[in-house]
Amino acid sequence: MLTEKKQILSKGFDTYLIVIYVLLVIIGWFTIYSSSYDANDSFSLFNTDKAYSRQFIWILVSMALAVVLLLIDGRIYQNYAQYIYYACVLLIVSVLFFGTEISGAKAWIKIGSFSIQPIEFAKFATALMLAKFFCEGKTTSEKKNIWLFSFIIILVPAAIAILQKDTGSALVFFSFIILFYREGMNENVVLFGASLILVFVLTICLNELYTIAIITVGFIVAWIINRNQKKKIIRNILVYVLLIGFVFAVNFAYNSILQSHQRQRIDTILGQSIDPKGADFNLNQSKIAIGSGGFFGKGYLNGTQTKLNFVPEQSTDFIFCGIGEEWGFVGSLVIIALFMALIIRIIILSERHRNVFTRIYGYGVASIIFFHLLINIGMTIGLVPVIGIPLPYISYGGSSILGFTILLFVFIKLNDA
Amino acid sequence: MSSLYQQRKNVIILVMIVFMAVYIIRLFYLQVIDDSYKDDAMRNALREVIVHPPRGLIYDRNDSLLVFNEAAYDLMVVPKELHDFDTVDLCNTLDITKEELLKRLDKARKYSPLLPSVFEQQMSKEDYGYLQEKLYKFPGFFVQNRTLRSYPSAIAAHILGYVGEINDAQLKKDSYYQMGDYIGISGIEKSYEEELRGVKGRRMVLVDVHSRVQGSYKNGEEDIVARQGSNLWCTIDAQLQKYGEKLMANKRGSIVAIEPSTGEILCIVSTPSYDPNLLVGKQRSKNYTALLHDSVNVPLFNRALKAIYPPGSTFKLANGLIAQQEKVLNRNTIYNCGGGYRIGSHVIGCHHSGPTDLIAAVRSSCNTYFCRAFYNTVSNCRTIQEGYQIWKNHINQLGFGQCFNTDLPYESKGIIPSVEYFNRKYNGSWNGNTIVSMGIGQGEVCSTPLQMANLLAIIANRGYYYKPHVVKAIGSKNNPNRRYAQKIDAGINSEYFEPIIEGMKLAITSGTARAAAIEGIEMVGKTGTAQNPHGNDHSVFACFGPADNPQIAVFVLVENAGWGGTVAAPIASLIVEYYINREIKRTEVEKRILELSIK
Ligand SMILES: [Zn+2]
Repeated sequence: MLTEKKQILSKGFDTYLIVIYVLLVIIGWFTIYSSSYDANDSFSLFNTDKAYSRQFIWILVSMALAVVLLLIDGRIYQNYAQYIYYACVLLIVSVLFFGTEISGAKAWIKIGSFSIQPIEFAKFATALMLAKFFCEGKTTSEKKNIWLFSFIIILVPAAIAILQKDTGSALVFFSFIILFYREGMNENVVLFGASLILVFVLTICLNELYTIAIITVGFIVAWIINRNQKKKIIRNILVYVLLIGFVFAVNFAYNSILQSHQRQRIDTILGQSIDPKGADFNLNQSKIAIGSGGFFGKGYLNGTQTKLNFVPEQSTDFIFCGIGEEWGFVGSLVIIALFMALIIRIIILSERHRNVFTRIYGYGVASIIFFHLLINIGMTIGLVPVIGIPLPYISYGGSSILGFTILLFVFIKLNDA
Repeated sequence: MSSLYQQRKNVIILVMIVFMAVYIIRLFYLQVIDDSYKDDAMRNALREVIVHPPRGLIYDRNDSLLVFNEAAYDLMVVPKELHDFDTVDLCNTLDITKEELLKRLDKARKYSPLLPSVFEQQMSKEDYGYLQEKLYKFPGFFVQNRTLRSYPSAIAAHILGYVGEINDAQLKKDSYYQMGDYIGISGIEKSYEEELRGVKGRRMVLVDVHSRVQGSYKNGEEDIVARQGSNLWCTIDAQLQKYGEKLMANKRGSIVAIEPSTGEILCIVSTPSYDPNLLVGKQRSKNYTALLHDSVNVPLFNRALKAIYPPGSTFKLANGLIAQQEKVLNRNTIYNCGGGYRIGSHVIGCHHSGPTDLIAAVRSSCNTYFCRAFYNTVSNCRTIQEGYQIWKNHINQLGFGQCFNTDLPYESKGIIPSVEYFNRKYNGSWNGNTIVSMGIGQGEVCSTPLQMANLLAIIANRGYYYKPHVVKAIGSKNNPNRRYAQKIDAGINSEYFEPIIEGMKLAITSGTARAAAIEGIEMVGKTGTAQNPHGNDHSVFACFGPADNPQIAVFVLVENAGWGGTVAAPIASLIVEYYINREIKRTEVEKRILELSIK
């Protein structure tokens, strides 16, 4: 009996995923230790003044939680997905009223000396909710408007995140578009989404009039090329009007809704900032830190840029700078490779799995992790706007590591079933 | 549904891989190909802190300290590292206006955005302490330790000179310096700049984003230790200098005292002077401007080296020597003085008369005798031009009409006209009588007090001199300054000095210079009166003593004080008395001089 039980526990769990997880967490802790390293201080793992010892505690808690997640029955997730989702939505709504504001975002709940960011758990809940929504029987109206409902599922937490002034987390929910695509969303919709991003960038980089001119020219050219296909003309005009409307919406949002520091960050990434000491100072420092790492890096604990606080948020959002500086190109490559291995492994396992719920949930996990990877590393090397979201498993922060641990280990458990 | 879209798995994975491939290419570019980030990182975190060595100290010949260093603090700024800061707070802390702040930042930016420039100079310890507390609020600013010169006894301002911030022209000339560095501008500070400045050191430190120093780089492996500047011992006798300045108070003029056996300047006074401490610290430029624009006293003007006067009767000594050397007369040559030297209808008067030999001529400063001697000297050749040139060569050899070019700042050459000058002036038609007033130190000839003091040193040495200079030893007292150790022949045989010295002795005991007599010291001296077309004549006296073992040769000139015997002679003799005896017995004389005020 006992041996049989043991087999159930260990046989099916995917060791690749667990090994990658452990590796990332360990790399993360060492990087946090390095970025807060001070040769004059004594080392103490349980001094909660130190970022690295706090993170150590969070890692222990996360690993304990991972074991618990592997032990409890995986069926509860599918059964209770919607309740978990509703509970999380309620929780993040309550943060709006009872939360604490930290660096501009009212997204935190303080428990003693630790702060929790419930939105990290909402990512997990939303993935569960989507999986449940896609794989279970739907009402006729739900079937008819399947994408509308899916969007509502992600828009609710995203909207709340925006209200919390946590734009970065809000954007994360849109990563589920990858999942939607996999589940059959029209390519044109995905392409439409991509053109929205392009229009967004153009509107801020140039101005609304130039953007409208470019869109108009684009549509006229497209119409000349495809002028025989008359039947799509109404749809194309509709798309055109939508895009023009979007230009004005972006223009309005940019000038009236965004806070000045967010505006600056966007300006900077789009090359709009003229003030060299302004917003692009941080980005520039980030590039200097990574760029100065060279091929093999400066060696562990030898980074100067991260250690001397040139890089902002060096143990949270900009933690990749520390890796780039101390481990060089080789280190950067290893991190990206580990993440890609993790993501592709999740996708392969999801596709292989006979349970639709597990597959969709797996895609949700892969989408979220990939989006974090894309934005987080992209911003440190100046390829995407500076949007404050953590690098999974590596960045400092209890909610982040707990949230991502839950996300992954629920998948590992589901995959085993 | 699932199988329908299964191929999309590959699209998703492919797109993800394409994105990450772009990232990896970008990372490869940033980290491996583009080296500029490595330089930026160095610039970011590494700060080269220049360690300014203390300047060398300056002692007098008896080891008393003339110049030392005091700690001061400069607020430096690196324009590129400036972040937003509370300008009002900084303005209040430094007590400057916002316009001034912007002006200074602008100047610093123009100099270099990356190199530190001085923002606020020479803060006191108290100001520094106050600022230090707040410095973290002003990223891009840091404080550099400096030393300021200090002059404990506030004497010898002209000779010691002063240091000041380097100007743009000097900055371009010498790469050793950086903007805001100090450099010797005049006096010993200038002529011994290279010895005094030492060698700058360098400390490489790591700074954080707020420019706060976080520690040394590579444990100081790349640091360079600063080497303190060499100490100097100058030839000045501080006590004598002080005494000379005291005697010259409320008078204009100068004292130059030389040790004949070495050419070392024992004291060199020029009044009106100034307190050298005025040209130090924050008030420096204000004080400097005030001194510069004081057109009444011209305190920055070093009369001992730069002022040129008609030498007057003391010049007769030189002419007496040259005439003997050229064999136009000897010690027994007698000229009859009829109360003046007659040139046609014009007479150069003499206050005495009767048959006069060389000794008596020196004793009574006979104009007739020296006019004739000079006339005979320059008329001793086929042409006046040849004769004058011979005389000019002699007078140049005696140190006139040229600079010594030693370690003294900004000498004047004086004036000894050339043959060409007279040819031009008199259309080629001139003779010994045309220029005969030069024989008694008038006319075209002009000299500086230093040149006259040197003439006395030559007479004391009976025929040679060492170039007058002010630095005795460099680095250590046992390391004498050998630059001026060359004995220079004055071109006059030593026996020709005896009648001159004899006459000068008599001048003290029974002649024109009785005011210079000192009990116990056999003095050798000559009065003079330098003609002054702008007012009262200048009182002149030249002497040395003791006669057979000369320790000090002194030249004194007091402007507008009239005949040499009344003011200059007592001052010169007090200098000799003080130097040799270290005390003044003739307190009555001293009292009279100290109370004397000549405007
Ligand atoms: Zn006479």
